[in-house]
Amino acid sequence: MRLFRAFLLAAALLGSNALANPTPEDRLSGVFQAIEANKLDEAMKRVDALIRDHPNFRLAHLVRGDLLLARTRPLQTFGDVTKNVPPEKIDGLRAEAHARLRGMRQRPADDLLPRLVLQLHSQQKHALLVDSRRSRLYVFANDDGRPRLIADYYVSLGKNGIDKAREGDQKTPVGVYHVTANLPRKMLTDFYGSGAFPINYPNEWDKRLGRNGSGIWLHGVPSDMYSRPPRASDGCIVLANSDLDSVARYVQVGTTPVIIADEIEWGDAAAVEAERKSLAAAIEQWRSDWQNRDTDKYLAHYSPKFVAGKQDLAAWSDHKRKVNAARRWIKVGVNRVSMFRHPRERDFVVVSFEQDYRSDGLSNVMHKRQYWVKEGARWKILYEGAA
Amino acid sequence: MQIPAAPRATLTRGLVSLCLYALFSAGVAYADDMQDANKFLRAGQHPQALASVNKALAAKPRDPQARFLKAVILTEQGNTKEAIGLFTKLTQDFPELPEPYNNLAVIYAGQGQYEKARAALEQSIRTHPSYATAYENLGDVYAKLASQAYDKALQLDKTNTGAQNKLSLVREIARGPVPVAAVAAKEPAKEPAKEPAKEAAKEAAKPPVVVAQKSAPAPEKPAPAADARAEVLKTVNAWAQAWSKRDAEAYLSHYGKDFKTPNGESRADWEKSRRSRITGAKLITVGVNAPKVTMNSANQATVNFRQAYRSDSFKATGSKTLVLEKAADGRWQIQQEKSG
Repeated sequence: MRLFRAFLLAAALLGSNALANPTPEDRLSGVFQAIEANKLDEAMKRVDALIRDHPNFRLAHLVRGDLLLARTRPLQTFGDVTKNVPPEKIDGLRAEAHARLRGMRQRPADDLLPRLVLQLHSQQKHALLVDSRRSRLYVFANDDGRPRLIADYYVSLGKNGIDKAREGDQKTPVGVYHVTANLPRKMLTDFYGSGAFPINYPNEWDKRLGRNGSGIWLHGVPSDMYSRPPRASDGCIVLANSDLDSVARYVQVGTTPVIIADEIEWGDAAAVEAERKSLAAAIEQWRSDWQNRDTDKYLAHYSPKFVAGKQDLAAWSDHKRKVNAARRWIKVGVNRVSMFRHPRERDFVVVSFEQDYRSDGLSNVMHKRQYWVKEGARWKILYEGAA
Repeated sequence: MQIPAAPRATLTRGLVSLCLYALFSAGVAYADDMQDANKFLRAGQHPQALASVNKALAAKPRDPQARFLKAVILTEQGNTKEAIGLFTKLTQDFPELPEPYNNLAVIYAGQGQYEKARAALEQSIRTHPSYATAYENLGDVYAKLASQAYDKALQLDKTNTGAQNKLSLVREIARGPVPVAAVAAKEPAKEPAKEPAKEAAKEAAKPPVVVAQKSAPAPEKPAPAADARAEVLKTVNAWAQAWSKRDAEAYLSHYGKDFKTPNGESRADWEKSRRSRITGAKLITVGVNAPKVTMNSANQATVNFRQAYRSDSFKATGSKTLVLEKAADGRWQIQQEKSG
């Protein structure tokens, strides 16, 4: 009964969505709704219309095949293709159907926030989160630093899944990245569809773990298809061309975060806010300890496992003690702070900000990245470097 | 697989008066010409068949039987363009007849135009919800369309799609058993006219079983008639079982030497098509439901029953009539088979 109500609710939501501007996926969902309601003629009408408008939507053809075949005999399975074809071809389409339906019908409730996003900075208009288990990319708008879900899209990921580690492993990386460039269609072959947005894999953390490989992009699909199965790329995040065009409107090169996770964990706003506050307080304490040239307290913010480039904690401490002792005054400003939890890791947050450092010696403004981890009850810095 | 074409041409109610009129006025010449045309067609002598049917048409230019026959001859000659024209005109002039739609569909399917074939067959069924040939053909067309859809879904090479289609061309306009009124009254009731798929899905859980009528408890001295009835019924069940086992030879052995082929085709052609249908299916079940045996004489019986046919590609339930005769060796054999 609860399931049924949930379904009605989903149908109502989809209905209102469909009124506005139904995407091909909305329409496919409409076909499945008709099938579930046992209105097979209506389902056939809907899928015919969908194919008319999107003749390259292979999954729609599969559904149409089933609807036709169902008129001659009972179906054994979804995608009841009896001809001799490699089973993975059909499995790919089945998996796509499953992923699309699940993605559409299991949208998070309005009052839930992704636990991965603790804070967006004022210039980050949007954030992109990929839930690889759902084959879904979620777009969040920035509401005073808090993410608000505004759109979501089906995506295809690496043939061998996620957790990229090696060049050529055909996996999609898991981590916190950002868009580094915008490659328009005319610079690319048809394979990439309507455009591409490379991301900064491997990032500092990946390199520290010895991960390699390159060329992880968000991109479109070739013109002869509407979409690809959920596990189809060499590690890239692939969207339907129309979806990529929509996502392109949200992307700021160098700024827009792209966070790829096994599964996006959703939490209520209060819990996310409590986590954000505790880390923000630690960052502020670090800033003020540095500004006050209280070097012992300042260095106590760094983890024993701290590494930055070739410096371990001892080398870093030596260096900072020398510099701080030589200054008569220091002023540190920390602006435009973003905080993203690192997927998979426990209490591991990627913090980026604009650092405004002034002193009687050197003064400069730079983009900085820090990795903060919780050691016992305290937040500590594991990595720090220019971003 | 039911090809409903009783040798005597019985038209739908609207045409009966037309036919009577035809008999009285155009008379014997017309009838002879039609008979000749049919004979030549069966013999594969198409030009002669065409000449005869044109003579019949000269006497009765609007006659649907003659126009239909001409279109069939043209179809078999490969003159599909003209045949399509004639069949189409027949659907306009006699929209209540399902056969022209069916044959249009056969031609379209032969050309690979499966969407057009589908539309024509759906029209044929709308016209006559119990028209088994159209159902069977439509099953084939849906399967073909499904196959094409899967090809598009999976981006398969289209090299294989030219596979022979096995749709049945109907040679005569011949609607079900008389009286017409009675047929019309019971037709719409049980046929899965609109959504056979749904019906099929519903039925999937309970495969039809060959139902044998329980013979009445044998009295001490069984009357000869009751004995004969039981034998006839045993034969019908054996026939249905052979069909269900897809044992084409056993199935065909139930048909007598003088069996009247449903569309007037040669025995060899008919057997060939039956063999290919029966052995071509992966699964067949034929249920004989509520059989009623009427002894016409000591050596002839008529059996009426609901035939529940299901194969891996098609499902239909309809009334079936078998006329059986006792051969010299004492075996009962099918002499006539009618659907509808």
